[in-house]
Amino acid sequence: MHDTSNPVQAPMLAVEGVSGGYGDVNILEDVDLHVVAGELVVIVGPNGAGKSTLMKAAFGLVRVSAGRIRLQGDDITNISPDRLARRGMSYVPQEANVFPTLSVQENLEIGGYARVEDGRRQMQHIFELFPKLAERRKQPAGVMSGGERQMVAMGRALMIEPRLLMLDEPTAGLAPAYVSQVFDWIRAINGEGISILMVEQNAKQALAIADRGYVLATGRNRHHDTGANLLADPEVADMFLGGR
Amino acid sequence: MDILQLIYDGVVLGSILALGAIGVTMIFGVLRFAHFAHGDLMTVGAYIAFVFVQLGWPIWLAALPAIALTAVVAVVLDQLFYRRLRRVAPVILLISSFATALMLRALVQIVWGPDNQVYEKGISIPYRVAGLVVTPDSLKVLAGAAIMVVLVHLFLAHTRMGKSMRAMSDNIDLARISGIPVSRVIIWTWVFAAALTAVAGILLGMNTRLIPTMGWNALLPIFAAAILGGVGRPYGAVLGGLIIGLAMNLSVVFIPSAYKLAVAFVIMIAVLILRPQGLLKGIKL
Amino acid sequence: MSAIGLYQYGLYFLTSAGIFGIMALALNLQWGLSGVFNLGIAGFFAVGAYASALMTGAPAADHWGGFALSLPVGIVVAMACCALLALVIGAATIRLRSDYLAIATLGIAEIIRLVIKNEGEVTGGVRGIVNIPKPFDSSSQLVMLAVVAGTLVVLYWLVERARVAPWGRVLRGIRENEDGAMAAGKNVTRFRLEAFVVGSAFMGVGGALYASFIGFISPEAFEPVYGTFLIWVMLIAGGSGNNIGALVGTFLVWLVWTFSSMLTDLLPGAMATQAGAVRIFLIGLMLQVILLIRPQGLLPERSPPLIGRRDKTRE
Repeated sequence: MHDTSNPVQAPMLAVEGVSGGYGDVNILEDVDLHVVAGELVVIVGPNGAGKSTLMKAAFGLVRVSAGRIRLQGDDITNISPDRLARRGMSYVPQEANVFPTLSVQENLEIGGYARVEDGRRQMQHIFELFPKLAERRKQPAGVMSGGERQMVAMGRALMIEPRLLMLDEPTAGLAPAYVSQVFDWIRAINGEGISILMVEQNAKQALAIADRGYVLATGRNRHHDTGANLLADPEVADMFLGGR
Repeated sequence: MDILQLIYDGVVLGSILALGAIGVTMIFGVLRFAHFAHGDLMTVGAYIAFVFVQLGWPIWLAALPAIALTAVVAVVLDQLFYRRLRRVAPVILLISSFATALMLRALVQIVWGPDNQVYEKGISIPYRVAGLVVTPDSLKVLAGAAIMVVLVHLFLAHTRMGKSMRAMSDNIDLARISGIPVSRVIIWTWVFAAALTAVAGILLGMNTRLIPTMGWNALLPIFAAAILGGVGRPYGAVLGGLIIGLAMNLSVVFIPSAYKLAVAFVIMIAVLILRPQGLLKGIKL
Repeated sequence: MSAIGLYQYGLYFLTSAGIFGIMALALNLQWGLSGVFNLGIAGFFAVGAYASALMTGAPAADHWGGFALSLPVGIVVAMACCALLALVIGAATIRLRSDYLAIATLGIAEIIRLVIKNEGEVTGGVRGIVNIPKPFDSSSQLVMLAVVAGTLVVLYWLVERARVAPWGRVLRGIRENEDGAMAAGKNVTRFRLEAFVVGSAFMGVGGALYASFIGFISPEAFEPVYGTFLIWVMLIAGGSGNNIGALVGTFLVWLVWTFSSMLTDLLPGAMATQAGAVRIFLIGLMLQVILLIRPQGLLPERSPPLIGRRDKTRE
């Protein structure tokens, strides 16, 4: 297995024996997970499994009571989110993931404030990735459709050219046409070398593009394999993928 | 009374309320609490300007140290009291800001006494324009308010800090996630609000007179304006301020002028019950 | 001061402390037990005082009423007026979040004062109402103290019973966890409204006793500093959620307040109004310090305190 404290070999993200939750109640129990640089890793599982909680714990939004979280070897356990953003981690929450009264362009600009260098070239790149956003750059993000808002949310997260992008259910509530488009974008972003950790309810489609997947249930690890293997495993499909 | 005159005076009053309301609404938006000491910050600004006017400075120049010192006061209050209390419980901030209001008012009274003061003694001859009585002071109020609103717009729309403040007001969790330096934005929010409120105080002092309770008396209409416009929406606060000012002035056609305050209050309660997000869809506290 | 002077001052001190104690208990019912953030105490204080004064006073040309009824009648009328007012206001505002409720209740108190000042024919306006009779028409300070003390004991007994009764426990549950209480099927709005109305009625009692005690009322007596803020300081200093705490806080803060008044009385006359401002500044500062170092008060509640919990998820 990887030596998680050596930066040269260390995975992009390492979650080691993490327990945590809100208040005094633990939702996660002794969870292990890692993302190798450049990988696309998916977390799936039934509702209430703690998938989103795990992601929030990695981003300092939920308290970790036991275990460690490392970003390329550096211990980032319980570090506040704004500091993680400046270390090259980006997180797109499932809901309330844009600034509604700010324009599309301003949303992206805000994403770029954590950068050291000028963000205009990156913004141009994001507009190339999402041409529809370029058309609507001056419109307030709050009036956009679900799919467009997801573009804005991801664009905002990409402004810092993150090493690791974390997405919480990026296709939630989207029309089926948009769902496959979102997965295309995610694949494209991953293709640029950005490591991606993603929670998804559309497990089948997510696993199809993933390098590896983790199945979580009741806050614990249940299965862990390559995307293809998980898809092919009938037991996993039945119990955790809703037969999809 | 002449309706046009009431409208004019209402716009003048509304401009002053608007400046106070922008500050209050941004504090609501970024810090998520009702700042009860906001009116008394107005009073502080007005009286600091008074000191310099007494030294012979013209009022517009006196506004500069007034703005600077009021901003210092606001940041000190935040760092001394509010910053530590935010972490405990939101309700404590209300109580603390109420105490702060009393303390500021008491300080002003200790230093300058309880009586009326004015920036300029003597009576200035008002102009008559299209049947309206237009005092030079009221023109200065309108000009001052207009300048401030333009500056506010430039700040919020075109500067990094302004956009960060709007972002925090929109969605504080996402702002943190995006890496916005939250503590720094908070301090800038106080500076921003204090600058506006100091100018509002000076304009109020120009329009009427200075008295230790001047800001406190304006607090309720200012809150009403912020809530009417949509809490956290600075342009809403401008709109709200003008509407409240107009409503308060036009109400004298129907009810005794002593109850102007009640008009602002009734509008506020109506908004809270019927459309709590206000005109421009503000945040939910 | 002579021995008699000291004795009389002592009676005065205890009586006024008793009246404030009643107000603090009432606020504790609203805030400490039920989480209703009332910044308009002065308004109910005033309504109670004026209602009783108008009922119990002798007929006068410059204000309404003057039915020369007995103090108990005055108290009942005061309670009824305050309860009705609280019902009307509460129906409109009780569902609001604390920030908005605070603004609304503050506004109500200010408007009440406006009405008192401006409807002079009814209320005597800024001149106020004089010659408000004492209980049993007795000029004895001891009798007044006894009446106040007796009322305080009765009200204390009532609020303590309420606190441990099912009604009180539901209210505390609502205060702790509103969503949980709603999920359990409790009509949160109704309970909070009831607490608001009953607490306001008790504030009316305080007002009625105050009017009789001082014998003279005017709008100045019900300014937010004295009629609202001071009582909040008393409750927080003593411990919100705790009735004994409320009384202890009342006594101590009143002690500090009257002591500071004695100190500033020693200042030259020209500084008299400034002296008042100095006292207000100091009491405000005192509250800030209490909030910073011991927000749960001297005698915190046994169960999780209303304030004083560290909430680590905020900035």
